[in-house]
Amino acid sequence: MNLRVIGSIWPWLFLTLMVVFFEVWAQMAYDISFIFNLFNIQSILVFAAAPLLLGIGVTFVIISGGIDLSIGFIMGLAAVVLATVMRQFGEETAALALLVGVGVTMLAAMLPGYINGWMISTLKVPPFIGTLGMYGVARGTGFIVADGVTVPINNPILFQLGTGKLFGLIPTPVIVAVVVVLLAHHLLSRTRFGQYTYAIGGNRESAIRAGINVKRHTLWIYMLSAACAGLAGIVYTARFSAGAAQAGEPLLLDSIAAVFIGGASFYGGSGTIIGTVIGALVIAVIQFGLVFVDVEPFWQFLAVGLVIIIAVLIDQSRNRISGTQRDE
Amino acid sequence: MSEAILSVQGVSKRFGGVQALQDVSFDLAPGDVMALAGDNGAGKSTLIKIISGVYQADSGSMTYRNSGYQPLNPKHSRDLGIETIYQDLALADNLDVGANIFLGREPVRQWLGMFPVIDRQHMRNDSQEVLKNLDIDIPESSLDQPVRRLSGGQRQAVAISRAIYWNAEVLIMDEPTAALGVPEQRKVMDLIGNLKARKIAIIFISHNLNDIFAVTDRILVLRRGQKVGECRTAEVEREEIVRMMVQG
Repeated sequence: MNLRVIGSIWPWLFLTLMVVFFEVWAQMAYDISFIFNLFNIQSILVFAAAPLLLGIGVTFVIISGGIDLSIGFIMGLAAVVLATVMRQFGEETAALALLVGVGVTMLAAMLPGYINGWMISTLKVPPFIGTLGMYGVARGTGFIVADGVTVPINNPILFQLGTGKLFGLIPTPVIVAVVVVLLAHHLLSRTRFGQYTYAIGGNRESAIRAGINVKRHTLWIYMLSAACAGLAGIVYTARFSAGAAQAGEPLLLDSIAAVFIGGASFYGGSGTIIGTVIGALVIAVIQFGLVFVDVEPFWQFLAVGLVIIIAVLIDQSRNRISGTQRDE
Repeated sequence: MSEAILSVQGVSKRFGGVQALQDVSFDLAPGDVMALAGDNGAGKSTLIKIISGVYQADSGSMTYRNSGYQPLNPKHSRDLGIETIYQDLALADNLDVGANIFLGREPVRQWLGMFPVIDRQHMRNDSQEVLKNLDIDIPESSLDQPVRRLSGGQRQAVAISRAIYWNAEVLIMDEPTAALGVPEQRKVMDLIGNLKARKIAIIFISHNLNDIFAVTDRILVLRRGQKVGECRTAEVEREEIVRMMVQG
């Protein structure tokens, strides 16, 4: 088995390894099962849902050769916008409040995405710097909208949606994530939109010469990324019946890490939605697993950080391999 | 010589104080392979950029398929059937052969009767067929690999296949053999012979006189923006061409 094959299955391998690791630990230390436990599985999936939603959007961005650092705070902005808008309605108009709230929130989330795309495609701002600026703008705007505090809401429908379980089994955030995963997988792997995303990441100049409207496509990719962040913000506010501007702050790193753990290249041009799903699960298993076996929470950062470094090393060795193959 | 498919008449181009091209004319017939020779700065690339629509000529005229030809941009010239293959080949290295041949023009089919999805089977079948027609040797197992895993000659062949698949009638090739090893060079030269048999007109830019003499019918020599010679390859000595390139 050569390194390239390992490169493509290693996210699965790593996920399995992590699960086995925590299973053994839990069995040895507490004589209980880690993974054969419905509550644990539900918790891991809920843990994974938010970074996954962010990660799906940014998968497109990374494949196209860019990066989006603003998604964490766009999520926070979306969370407080939803809460703030819904607070304007009375209890008897709960359904209307939800409808208007979600509409306004998605617009509020996609506007910074549009500006990101415009800066990067038209003004030729490097994605790292452009979205870093938007990171600050979205962060500030979120706190200003929320007046610096958490914005609580009391909407029975949203509460039901946020905390309910389908068939009493599958938590709503997980259902939202699954639906978005299926749509994004279709979009990326089967449509022209997906094909152009890969083409732009592979060779931007060639894509332009092939007649692909790279400018417009870049705009759409960053809006898609922001839309996913907006959705994550809505899920957050639904789960906690409150919006917080810092809702997505710890998720930025996790979501981008999920994309790379899932096998995307740092140089653009490769990556898959399934990979990002596995990446998000790896992180969620580590985070929840460490809590479950009662390790102090700051070990999570260290563990996830190490996993990111391993992902980098694997990506680089893969590039060396395809590099030597070109010289043959 | 049969009737010209592309005719360039008295084309001139000036950049500021530099006369890049002055009163250059030539005719190209279907199946013609014409070398464009000249030292650096002789005007070769200005000339092909005018033909491919990157620049507009200051004066002079062109006809293509017996009607006036004034390309507005590279896409325009390509749509009309004049394709330029630059050294970088304009391939997306991370995509497979079919995806590159169809890049930007992917066929779609309806999935579940309503969702447009890319028809990869169609792309694969047609690519395989165009490669086969052109006698291009790319193993079937490599068709689904990213083209960065192909050899330089195979990548060149993919770029040429793309042009042929989309009905190019005039092919402008900029140093097609420059980055290749000798066996690969030979394959590209064979491919050019093959294209000639299919009545594709080719403008061939090369520094390599061996290649020029191996494959072309005619040589047009440029020097300081002017046409200083046009001769049949079979009737001229190398020294003669070199002399024209450096002395005029």
